[in-house]
Amino acid sequence: MKFDISAVDLYYGNFHAIKNISLGIAPQEITAFIGPSGCGKTTLLKTLNRMNDLIEGFSVKGEILLDGNDIYEDRDVNLLRKRVGMVFQKPNPFPMSIYDNIAFGPRTHGIKKKTLLDEIVERSLKQAAIWEEAKDRLKKSALSFSGGQQQRICIARTLAVEPEVLLMDEPTSALDPISTAAIEDLLIKLRDKYTIVIVTHNMQQAMRISDKTAFFMLGEMVEYGNTEKLFSKPKEKKTEEYITGRFG
Amino acid sequence: MTKLQADRAAKNNLKENAAHAVFFLIALMSISAVILICGFLFYNGIPAIQKVGLWNFLSGNTWAPSDVPPKYGIHPMILGSIYITGAALFFGVPLGILAAVFMARFCPKKIYALAKPCVNLLAGIPSIVYGFFGMVSIVPLVRKVFGVNGSGILTAGILLGIMILPTIIGISESALRAVPNSYYEASLGLGASHERAVFFVELPAARSGILASVILGIGRAVGETMAVIMVAGNQARVPDNILQGVRSLTANIVLEMSYATDLHRGALIATGVVLFVFIMIINVIFSILLRRFK
Repeated sequence: MKFDISAVDLYYGNFHAIKNISLGIAPQEITAFIGPSGCGKTTLLKTLNRMNDLIEGFSVKGEILLDGNDIYEDRDVNLLRKRVGMVFQKPNPFPMSIYDNIAFGPRTHGIKKKTLLDEIVERSLKQAAIWEEAKDRLKKSALSFSGGQQQRICIARTLAVEPEVLLMDEPTSALDPISTAAIEDLLIKLRDKYTIVIVTHNMQQAMRISDKTAFFMLGEMVEYGNTEKLFSKPKEKKTEEYITGRFG
Repeated sequence: MTKLQADRAAKNNLKENAAHAVFFLIALMSISAVILICGFLFYNGIPAIQKVGLWNFLSGNTWAPSDVPPKYGIHPMILGSIYITGAALFFGVPLGILAAVFMARFCPKKIYALAKPCVNLLAGIPSIVYGFFGMVSIVPLVRKVFGVNGSGILTAGILLGIMILPTIIGISESALRAVPNSYYEASLGLGASHERAVFFVELPAARSGILASVILGIGRAVGETMAVIMVAGNQARVPDNILQGVRSLTANIVLEMSYATDLHRGALIATGVVLFVFIMIINVIFSILLRRFK
């Protein structure tokens, strides 16, 4: 397992956002977190690279192991976030050129050589399937691209620091169907090299791209298993009701 | 439409028209103030410039109204204003921007509650008080350190640098606070430290606001009069180094206006015209830069 999450409780102040959850996240697979709004799936996702540290009053109980090491005991949170990259719900490229966007991460981690940076930028953009559209406009502001392109630039930016895990927080919810399809194809291609965890509201999306699915409700994990099984033969009544659209 | 509704509509219409007229009048008043000032300035200043000759006026190195014949060259004052402003920016801009970064992104809440009112207070201190402070503290300091008279470009620059701080801190801080949080999250998500995210992502993202603060600071420094008179030395000559005294455009007007007559008076008003043109140029550069960044 890449991530071992055992008996984890998450709190915002007094609010109990995630209740006693244990699951393992396998490498080279796509794991989807689904569930109605406010069920805690994004909270859990953002805990995996400690982005929740930024929120006042947030606290964690239990143990989250990355390759066997507790991420909350390991002091270097910046290194953790380098290893566990994140793509956000709304495309958020920096207001600078595409090149500088992609090179920001490598530069942060000490790479200064121009030729090496050039290489990383090209490779990352190719990996994120945006190279063809971007190669002649590398010096142009990333904000001049469409939403779907911006999100692929953001994925490229995340890939540029060579993470091991990709966390994706509803990466296509702000995009049109064509851009969504492009990013889904991309994720399937990236699966061989990375561990991918995706939060999605779109159950078809979870079905199309994920290997494992976890269904959350009111802070509890109702069911976790192979995507195909979970959607075709859910064990729990609540899961069945949710995926057949009876609530949520 | 019933009669009642029609009446009400007419009444509303009347009210709206009246309000419209009142607001138009008020707007007209402020616009006419600007036009009147411009008109007065140019009407009284241009003849003097014509008499002296534009080139002689701007590039003449001698200002000697009591000589026979009098000489009206404001080149030393133009340089004086530029040097003093440049020195003020040298001290004020780095300090102001870094202070703004601290206030917006590093300051603990408790310190902020104290620091913010202090910065605001800095903006409210009358310039005569600044001038007095400069006279009793910075002038002696410069005198001691460099062994000169003490009043001059360096002294005025330090004092003006302090005076433009609240402008630069205030506007740069709000520019930094206006940077979307998503940029910060994204850079942390890539493994950047807080410092790196602030200096390499948020600060560049706030550049247009920061530039605006600097331009406003320039405006303040160029236009400042009282404090400058008290610490700049006021000699109407082209300085050789930053420790020498200079006279700014503003100081030139204030120092002599009370007893000037005829062409001398006209030349002082013409100095005001030059100052006015300076400020206009700054404003135009400002709006061009702002447009380019957006």
